[in-house]
Amino acid sequence: MVSVRTALMDLAKRVRRHSLGMIYHAGSGHPGGSLSAADILTVLYARELRPKPPRLDRPPDRDRFILSKGHACPALYAIAAEVGLLPREALAGFRKIGCTCQGHPHVGSTPFVETSTGSLGQGFSAAIGVALGLRLQGHGSRVYVMLGDGELQEGEVWEGAMCATHHGLDNLCAVVDYNKMQSDEYNKNIMDLEPLDEKWKAFGWNVLQINGHDLDAIARAFVSAKAYQGRPTAIIAHTIKGRGVSFMEGSPLWHGSVKLKREELVAALRDLDTPPETIDAYLEGRFDDV
Amino acid sequence: MTCERSTPTLVGTSGDSLREAFGKALVELGQKRDDFVVLDADVAGGTGTHHFRGAFPDRFIQFGIAEQNMMAAAGGIASTGLIPFVTTFAVFCLRALEQARLSIVYPRRNVKIVGSHPGLDVGPDGASAQALEDLAAFRALPGMVVISPCDPLEVTQATAAILDYEGPVYMRTGRSPARRILGPEYRFEIGRGKVLRDGWDVTIVACGVEVGRALDAAELLHHGGISARVVNMPTIKPLDGELLVRCARETGCFVTAEDHNVYGGLGGAVSEVLVHTIPCPVEFVGVRDRFGESGEPEELAEKFGLTAPYIAEAAKRVLRRKRGGKT
Repeated sequence: MVSVRTALMDLAKRVRRHSLGMIYHAGSGHPGGSLSAADILTVLYARELRPKPPRLDRPPDRDRFILSKGHACPALYAIAAEVGLLPREALAGFRKIGCTCQGHPHVGSTPFVETSTGSLGQGFSAAIGVALGLRLQGHGSRVYVMLGDGELQEGEVWEGAMCATHHGLDNLCAVVDYNKMQSDEYNKNIMDLEPLDEKWKAFGWNVLQINGHDLDAIARAFVSAKAYQGRPTAIIAHTIKGRGVSFMEGSPLWHGSVKLKREELVAALRDLDTPPETIDAYLEGRFDDV
Repeated sequence: MTCERSTPTLVGTSGDSLREAFGKALVELGQKRDDFVVLDADVAGGTGTHHFRGAFPDRFIQFGIAEQNMMAAAGGIASTGLIPFVTTFAVFCLRALEQARLSIVYPRRNVKIVGSHPGLDVGPDGASAQALEDLAAFRALPGMVVISPCDPLEVTQATAAILDYEGPVYMRTGRSPARRILGPEYRFEIGRGKVLRDGWDVTIVACGVEVGRALDAAELLHHGGISARVVNMPTIKPLDGELLVRCARETGCFVTAEDHNVYGGLGGAVSEVLVHTIPCPVEFVGVRDRFGESGEPEELAEKFGLTAPYIAEAAKRVLRRKRGGKT
């Protein structure tokens, strides 16, 4: 009997493997931020979003998730495929012409995606709009949005942070994937974000800080956010860029859109405990067989 | 009688600005439909939406002076099934152009972006507030509908029409008191221009505040023996190509007139249609790739060459070109 926790851990590993396989076959894509986000996305889609499991028929009172850091979409597509929102073979077309999985999420291409993102800050505002719209229509559903840490340098985010509190959007939960690195470098060397919790608190948010790779802590934070009334919740999830792959962890080299070499993919998949027979399927882009 | 006192005036009256007419039209529509909301960035008194705020406070959403967040949030609101009117000054619509692009137009959200204070018609506030680029910018967004009505009646009808239309729209209103141009029989339709005065030597195609000036220009030309047709072209995109082709056949040359940069707005749009159909000479009346400045709207129109005599001069130039003479 596999425990729920073990099953979730296994699922998160599969999300990481799929993400890297997609980036390998695309010849470009952002592995670092996909791997740092993988555990949070796994808990969201496997446990948190209602209806459970998420459905493609999009009932109007469904919970929403928006990936405001759209460049981490390999992990989003991967978990979507795992929970049945996307055919697994669609992952092989990531970033390819005419395919479902665009280089950044697009509602017009991928049916489960809630809004188009890829320009930082906008998904957060869109989530605020969704939360307002749902509340105006009396829906009790919740809105989750994930932001990158570098994304917080966009002024629009703080426009939105003020707005969500002003309107008392307690149906909104923002998760900051705080892996401490952005495109070029460490946040602190580009534009320091600290003290980050105090910033969100000063904007009136209920702030939780967690280890963003601790599946139980992530689940508990979502429960706590749901119970909080009157104000939105920001979960500052401390994560590691490239989490799960030893040579990627903590290195900004793997943030940007990179071309993964064959031997790099194999080494990464081994780090992620991929069964040897499955590694070939990844190398050949047979996502149906992984 | 207390009821009568508190009832807002619903119809844009003569002398109303386009923004006032827009605000009142929203109230009228709000009484018939409950599926739309109005978003404001602390300029409700300027855009005319204070009328709607007074009548429907629960459907009026304040975003503060934060247009980028407002614009992208509108896309989110639309995704839940409500229709947002995003309202601010036209220049601040430009400030949030990229939010409109990604969060509204790319996912084809049913959002109506309405910018007040376009062009030199803004007057004393000066160049910082005078949007001379909005038609060009929003026209460049794929699938976007772009509208610039000419008088209060047309704004009233256009507001209803864009609410009925499914998809993203940008509409300009106007700050200054507007001339009444259209008669009660007028019916606005997205994508349709209308001949307001017939003529056979030249067609003047105008939008917004320039429509009245174009009619005056046609009168000036008439006294000089030139028969000018005047077309009100409220929809800049999709443009009424059919009407333009007919005018090209019947008059053989054009003047376009707009309170906007001569690049990328109505003049550009008209020319794009003509070069693909019946190429013929076109002269542009508009702001010649400059910023505006403070002054009264009529003073600015004179200084920047947007008044009726300038349109008439452009008509004479284009006629000479049509007849093969020197301009």
